[in-house]
Amino acid sequence: MKFTRKNILGIADLSREEIEGILETALMFSEVNTRAIKKVPTLRGRTVINVFFENSTRTRTSFELAGKRLSADVVNFTSSSSALSKGESLLDTAKNLAAMQPDILVCRHSCAGASHILARYLQSTSVINAGDGSHEHPSQALLDMMTVLKVRKKVDGLRVAIVGDISHSRVARSNIYCFQKMGASVSVVGPASMMPSAIKDLGVDVHYNLKQGIEGADIIMMLRIQMERIKQSPFPSLREYSRYFGLNLETIKTLKKDALIMHPGPVNRGVEIDPGIADGPYSVILDQVTNGVAVRMALLYLLSNAQSMNL
Amino acid sequence: MMKTLIKNGQLIDPQNNISGLFDVLLIDDKIEAVAPQGTLVVSDTKEIDARGLVVCPGFVDLHCHLREPGFEYKETISSGTASAVAGGFTSVCCMANTHPVNDNATVTAFIQKQVRETGYCHVYPIGAITKELKGEALANIAELNDAGCIAISDDGNTVQNARLMKIALDYARSFGLPITTHSLEINLANNGHMNASIMSTKLGLKGLPNVAEDIIIARDIMLAEQSGAHLHVGHVSTAIGITLVQEAKERGAKITCEVTPHHFSLTDEALVGYNTNFKMYPPLRTRKDIDALKTAFKNGVVDAIATDHAPHGIIDKELEFDRAAFGIIGFETALPLSLNLVREGVITLEEMVGLLTVKPANVFNLSGGTLSQGRFADIVLFDQNASWTFDEGKIYSKSKNSPFLGTELRGRVIKTLVKGRLVYDVSSGVL
Amino acid sequence: MTQILNKESFEEAIKKLAEKIREEQTDLNNIAFIGIHTRGVHLSNRLAKIFKNSGVNVQQGILDINLYRDDLSQSSDKPILKETKITFDVSGKIIYLIDDVLYTGRTVRAAMDAVFDLGRPQAVHLVVMAKRSGRELPIDTNLCAITIDTKQDDSVAVRFEETDNVDEISLFGKGEQI
Ligand SMILES: [Zn+2]
Repeated sequence: MKFTRKNILGIADLSREEIEGILETALMFSEVNTRAIKKVPTLRGRTVINVFFENSTRTRTSFELAGKRLSADVVNFTSSSSALSKGESLLDTAKNLAAMQPDILVCRHSCAGASHILARYLQSTSVINAGDGSHEHPSQALLDMMTVLKVRKKVDGLRVAIVGDISHSRVARSNIYCFQKMGASVSVVGPASMMPSAIKDLGVDVHYNLKQGIEGADIIMMLRIQMERIKQSPFPSLREYSRYFGLNLETIKTLKKDALIMHPGPVNRGVEIDPGIADGPYSVILDQVTNGVAVRMALLYLLSNAQSMNL
Repeated sequence: MMKTLIKNGQLIDPQNNISGLFDVLLIDDKIEAVAPQGTLVVSDTKEIDARGLVVCPGFVDLHCHLREPGFEYKETISSGTASAVAGGFTSVCCMANTHPVNDNATVTAFIQKQVRETGYCHVYPIGAITKELKGEALANIAELNDAGCIAISDDGNTVQNARLMKIALDYARSFGLPITTHSLEINLANNGHMNASIMSTKLGLKGLPNVAEDIIIARDIMLAEQSGAHLHVGHVSTAIGITLVQEAKERGAKITCEVTPHHFSLTDEALVGYNTNFKMYPPLRTRKDIDALKTAFKNGVVDAIATDHAPHGIIDKELEFDRAAFGIIGFETALPLSLNLVREGVITLEEMVGLLTVKPANVFNLSGGTLSQGRFADIVLFDQNASWTFDEGKIYSKSKNSPFLGTELRGRVIKTLVKGRLVYDVSSGVL
Repeated sequence: MTQILNKESFEEAIKKLAEKIREEQTDLNNIAFIGIHTRGVHLSNRLAKIFKNSGVNVQQGILDINLYRDDLSQSSDKPILKETKITFDVSGKIIYLIDDVLYTGRTVRAAMDAVFDLGRPQAVHLVVMAKRSGRELPIDTNLCAITIDTKQDDSVAVRFEETDNVDEISLFGKGEQI
């Protein structure tokens, strides 16, 4: 397979072959990550800039580690929204970054489409979208897919239930696309006030009842309730949400024996998931974190233009 | 005394039911006569050959933003009216959301002074409904009326308080002043940035649902009907919204409405790629809404094609989609986009001319929009088939925020005359 | 095209290589073969088989050197990584790196870096089917089946039954279809 993309902006853009290519590459990096020396010289002399306009220590650390394990020079550029209120726009930042001539830019931003805008302005830099508003979070979906593939080998025909605030979730969007492209069927579960009105047009089943929604599912993906992002709360209280849409020891009794429970983290224990489940046998939440580094190494590697020559 | 004869053109003057090969004679700044081709024999006449062109009254725009005073970096009355005449408009109505807001006679007088000194065409100021467009207390509406405002509007904002809106309608009616609206229920809008649809779901952008527009159109129609005031519904973009207007008209209410060229030309699918030049309010809707708007055009429900020309500078537009300003420039693309309705068989060429001239003029009782004898000689000559590419270099507006940049357009303004004076010529530009 | 080794001489050459390794080493229990993707792995397997037939089980590993290349550049040809599988500890071992052709030496350099990231071998040797002209690094070996004088534009193809349906070594001149 040849990987010819300049940017990774969303799963919606990728073909199944590309997703599979990325995941195969990521599996190779899993091997590197099990070595005593977890570092290879592949991206020596390359510059990766992590531009995080929105805080996310986890994702940033994961990309940082991925870059460092590939021997790239990794720079973190954190621009809080306060810098924007000082009059610095995304494009000012983009122009500054372009002047530094990075090879790859990893961008996290609270506005949907921010990475697209950067990619348009940075002609000779590859851009990886590390989460843009409620749009997409492609590396998260890829690591989720890798986690599933490591356990289930095959995704075709699996049933996936994504539970939570679908309206505001980039993880939900990227995972819907990713699982569908890989041949799974996807249901979304949550109160209707947390569903975009046109969600059915994405080809998903919609459930407003948790038990019905997760019945027979092979994978249950619990989304994080992001209180800070919801101004007028679409549910009355955390307690009520947790009671009707949180996964507890009672609800998991109805799950299939080999069902996997996933969560993009960080988990609000006791809200989306009962603490006993997050650490329990169904949970692959920590595998997700481990696979995150391998997937991000794969993305950095594939965007870095490896080529063959006389060897 | 200066005499000008525009001859050999296809003359369309819907007010006088004329469409055909007619010549028009101007003396100084007025229309002198319209007569069948070759029948006007006058000496000492400057002649303009309009062979192959449509000759019609200059266009009348009920809805634009000229940005002066306060936002001169986006547009001035000079640059805005230059853009207007380049688009064939000879009369434009400018909204009150300047800085300071046109909510008192001083600002109105300033605008009128700037128009006299720097403008290329007639400009009719629209006053504010509420002070500073805050939706809290009525502006001095009678004073604005006396100063020459031809309507009132809080455009850019919606008067959210229904009682205040009712009072405004009643009060404006006392002076025979129409109210024109920008329909958006602010809570339902919930800081949305584009149409709420499958596209907003895919793009992860907060949606502005149709219902946020519909609910205000319905409210204002009810209030206006009760009051007996003239309500002109600005930039209708939804299927239900236009149906509400149609039903009100059928009941005999004093309701008029306008539709913008971009709302009948583009859908929200154009937002893929997050280009902020496709961000405007109302947002681009869906095919279903466009179809409803076209049906309304066909049925004569629409009173005017209005541009909602809303210039914004790079610092307002080259931003994250969520942070970019709403609005696009519209004067210079209005004609070719309107001609698409003719080419698609939605309306006739005569009807299109009517929607750009006499019909809008009648909405706000303006004197333009016809070639009747004694009226100002505001005339546009256009080539309905000329193909051209709309690019930045051709734009007369100070701002370049158009979704049609780089687009091939069909139909082009060739000459524009305001009060008998040639102010725009395609070969030499704005004069 | 010139065929340099045919099926029979190819087979014979591998046997001779195995013989050379055997002559060189006194402690056959401490050696390991690491085949470099793709054809180095075939050669490694063939050699291991010969050793096995004479009662010596040699540990084998597979190495993909893509992560250690020095030529990442602006080409659109981006290889998907292949598997690296070395399940034994390389520290203290006598490692035989095995590849099909020794040309510039860059692959071997990359492979040595990769091996040293895994541990500290007692020694590293290089085994190839063919040595051709064009070295860019001070790397050489005596453990080769054949040495070919080549011009810059020549290509040497070492083919294995396993992936190429034939055992042979051929030389292609400039412009000749491989
Ligand atoms: Zn408006």
